[in-house]
Amino acid sequence: MGKIVVEVMLKPEILDPQGQAVGNALPRLGFTFATSVRQGKRFEIEVTGEPTPSMLADVERAAEEFLANTVIESFVVKVEK
Amino acid sequence: MRVGVVTFPGTLDDRDAARAVEYAGAEPVSLWHGSDDLKHVDAVILPGGFSYGDYLRCGAISAKAPIMKSIIIAAEHGFPVLGICNGFQVLAEAHLLPGALTRNADMHFLCTDQRLRIENNETAWTNGFTGGQEIVIPMKNAEGNFNCDDATLDLLESEGRIIARYVGANPNGSRAAIAGITNKRGNVVGLMPHPEHAIDLLTGPSKDGLTFFTSLLNSMVK
Repeated sequence: MGKIVVEVMLKPEILDPQGQAVGNALPRLGFTFATSVRQGKRFEIEVTGEPTPSMLADVERAAEEFLANTVIESFVVKVEK
Repeated sequence: MRVGVVTFPGTLDDRDAARAVEYAGAEPVSLWHGSDDLKHVDAVILPGGFSYGDYLRCGAISAKAPIMKSIIIAAEHGFPVLGICNGFQVLAEAHLLPGALTRNADMHFLCTDQRLRIENNETAWTNGFTGGQEIVIPMKNAEGNFNCDDATLDLLESEGRIIARYVGANPNGSRAAIAGITNKRGNVVGLMPHPEHAIDLLTGPSKDGLTFFTSLLNSMVK
């Protein structure tokens, strides 16, 4: 069983009010390390066997067309052990 | 004249949209997301709601529904389509309209009677308004913040494709206070506020919304 991970983030120029709200809550809880927080999505996709290059190309296409909206989001595809 | 109203799982405002079509003098026809059959309608409305629970992104899963395949092909040939609220999000996700609707800048779910200025009265859905006319219709959303890159905004401005803007304080952070836009041809319109809730003083703040639906009839008889 292989695992392909797609991580999706809002592009830096797109306002992320959710991330901001989280970032504003941290100091209230005593966590003072953050200068900024942005929130994204992570898809864990299980596949049969080791991911092949053609499978990864398909995942890339799915991310481009569906998992991410490239008007506002960027994504990365990785293979996870 | 037959106007289709699409129901997705999680659609809320299909009944009000159908009622608005009836008030305007046309026949509403229910369309189902899972079928690609447009039932020979002359135009389509994608109503508001929370289709597919807003999972993934608002409108993202609905944009891939079987009915949307037929709507995308028809829209490219000039078939009138109006997307209201979640319907606007579906149109953006289906790339029938540019840009994207993102989380309201202040994170709040808005529910208000909103003043708008009609900026383009030449589309299939706005030709009954006068240019610059101000109207008041309800607005209710959490993801109504219109976003696009600078090049797209310039194009929308220069081609007159912004059909309505918010008047007064920008309620949700939308670029250029955009409440609604159209495609190049003027047959596809997306609007965040809800005209179908403002067609009768008994149930809405005004009757201003009805003009979107009577505009469609005007455009079809021309």
